[in-house]
Amino acid sequence: MRVWLLVCFSLLWIGSTPARVNASDKQVISVGVLKVERETPLPISRLDLPPEGLGFQGARLATEENQTTGRFTGQDYQLNEATASPEEALEALDTLIEGGSNLIVTMATGDDLTALSKHVSGRDVLLLNAQAEDDSLRTDVCLPNVLHVAPSRALKADGLTQFLAVKKWRKVFLISGSHDGDKLWADALRRSANKFGLKIVEERTFEDTGGARRSDTGHVQVQKQMPIFTQRAPDYDVLLAADESDVFAAYLPYHTTDPRPVAGSAGLRPIGWHPANEAWGATQFQRRFEKLASRRVRSLDYQVWLAVRTIGEAATRVKSSEATPLKEYILGPDFELGVFKGTKVTFRPWNHQLRQPVLLANDRVIVSVSPQDGFPHRVSLMDTLGFDQQESTCAFNK
Amino acid sequence: MRLQQIASALLALGVMATATQAWAYRVYVSNEKGNDITVIDSETLEVIDTFKAGQRPRGIGMSKDGKELYVCASDDDIVNVFDPITYKRLHTLPSGPDPELFTLHPSGNPLYIANEDDNIVTVVDVKKRSVLAEVPVGVEPEGMGVSPDGKIVVNTSETTNMAHFINTETFEIETNVLVDQRPRFAQFTDDGKLLYVSSEIGGTVSVIDPAAGEIIKKIEFEVRGIVPEAMQPVGVRVTKDGKKVFVALGPANRVAVVNGETFEVEKYLLVGQRVWQLAFTPDEKLLFTTNGNSNDVSVIDVESLKVIKTIAVGEQPWGVVVAPE
Repeated sequence: MRVWLLVCFSLLWIGSTPARVNASDKQVISVGVLKVERETPLPISRLDLPPEGLGFQGARLATEENQTTGRFTGQDYQLNEATASPEEALEALDTLIEGGSNLIVTMATGDDLTALSKHVSGRDVLLLNAQAEDDSLRTDVCLPNVLHVAPSRALKADGLTQFLAVKKWRKVFLISGSHDGDKLWADALRRSANKFGLKIVEERTFEDTGGARRSDTGHVQVQKQMPIFTQRAPDYDVLLAADESDVFAAYLPYHTTDPRPVAGSAGLRPIGWHPANEAWGATQFQRRFEKLASRRVRSLDYQVWLAVRTIGEAATRVKSSEATPLKEYILGPDFELGVFKGTKVTFRPWNHQLRQPVLLANDRVIVSVSPQDGFPHRVSLMDTLGFDQQESTCAFNK
Repeated sequence: MRLQQIASALLALGVMATATQAWAYRVYVSNEKGNDITVIDSETLEVIDTFKAGQRPRGIGMSKDGKELYVCASDDDIVNVFDPITYKRLHTLPSGPDPELFTLHPSGNPLYIANEDDNIVTVVDVKKRSVLAEVPVGVEPEGMGVSPDGKIVVNTSETTNMAHFINTETFEIETNVLVDQRPRFAQFTDDGKLLYVSSEIGGTVSVIDPAAGEIIKKIEFEVRGIVPEAMQPVGVRVTKDGKKVFVALGPANRVAVVNGETFEVEKYLLVGQRVWQLAFTPDEKLLFTTNGNSNDVSVIDVESLKVIKTIAVGEQPWGVVVAPE
């Protein structure tokens, strides 16, 4: 059995409790976090090995923050965590719901999320997707009881290609991996290149032949392989790598035959969060997280944090713990949330995608933040990233 | 400089007819990135000095008698106290971690400091240089405003999105008012009847009736050709008569002038880039703005509501205070 213990994360009062509310009057808002674990290959770099509590630490921080606010509003936030294999995911979800959590943040693939969504259809349960980036979930597979906090592939791709368009690096050499996720990421980059007027002058596929991810002095072979793989390309400005599986992209910078920048899955990467971000009060967020988790924050931690904060913000305003009124408020015109990216975030009512800026970062610093200036939109600049209303068949707001 | 002040005073006495003649005040601007303070003469509108002020100076204020300049050195976790004339560092005050903004009790003591990292407001006795109390507040405390009668100090918490009303005698929170996202600054009117709280990410200024603890109006901002997301109110200042409210709008590069009775925006003044904080001269003839991304200060003539000068200062100016007369 791999359904792990549901950990009730009960928070200690820190300092005095100035709110004039009796404990018995408190409204309980119970949030569940469910991680559906699938085997993933080891990353190329040991720096990217998954840390302890990946994702869950974000939920713990957000719960502390919600709880601090709850002291003043007479609300008590509870957090229940669960990790399950794909086979046991539905059972784990039921256990969370039976334990009182009707607001569930998921760390699951698109397929696993779809199964979870269908399983609780018709019940007063709201799912918040913190991980799955599949574009199909925002355009064709429309799940009414799911809010997408994670950016879609299209949203991230648009954030990147807007920047390339501003730089006038219009000629793109696209190399994609051979796994399903790599192909979907390449699809998103192609769509986005077309949207912002870039031209893909060459496409190649890097076949993953398996084998160990790392070997001692593996760089000796890499230094020979990568120049050969990238040689004889037509004239291009930037190399885009679509490598979600982390097989080859990290080896491209400095090893291309032509001296060109790399972006996408290596080099300049579009991401939801970066541990170096210090703008817009982010320093305080980073420090809070590091104090709690004793490590740097990952994008998945941030996205789970954002999902739990979304629930907290709605519960503070609506003063409800029920899924339906919270969902209505979150998707309505009054919901807004500050997330340390310089602008408030809101949800697109047509496909339940969170509108959000995309950070463009290298390994050490933030290079830029999209949306870029110069791409106007009649509703929100943020709607220049990802699928606009007419591009989605979901039409939840119709 | 004292000589110059005396000289200008004599000049002002001699030339009473020129009613617009302003006193020469010293204006102190904290440069967040430059780690220094720029000193400006309010009469000549020239930079007269620059001095080092610790790491990441942001919140800046003055003792009532004008003899001590307080500067939050956010990355040093202290408040530095300078002689505003010699720029000598006199001593430091305990501040708790990462101090950003503070406010002084109307009597001149104590100092109330927002500690962003620890969710507390630290109350510091500036004479004894000791911590009187630590008040637990919401997540990321930032803005600090004190009522004119000194009975209430208001703190805003940027992630909890509340204005916390703290009793200055008991240090207990008496009221919490939920406002829009990321409240950054709290400013009472001089009669204590209204409290303005700016919400940077929410894009609004809440007008609060402090007695009732209720929001009576939310001021919104709109400038043609500027995206709504860029309307990010930060610093707020109100004239002594309460009739004009000035709001710094961050990356909109504007200062909004709001009618303090109808709460309608009457004018937008174009200033430098990412305008953070504002400070009047004591005679309220001039208003200085810190423009973080253009490394300058705009000077607004309060009567004509015109920007009369832009003064280059240090790197990323953040806070500003004008010495009393």
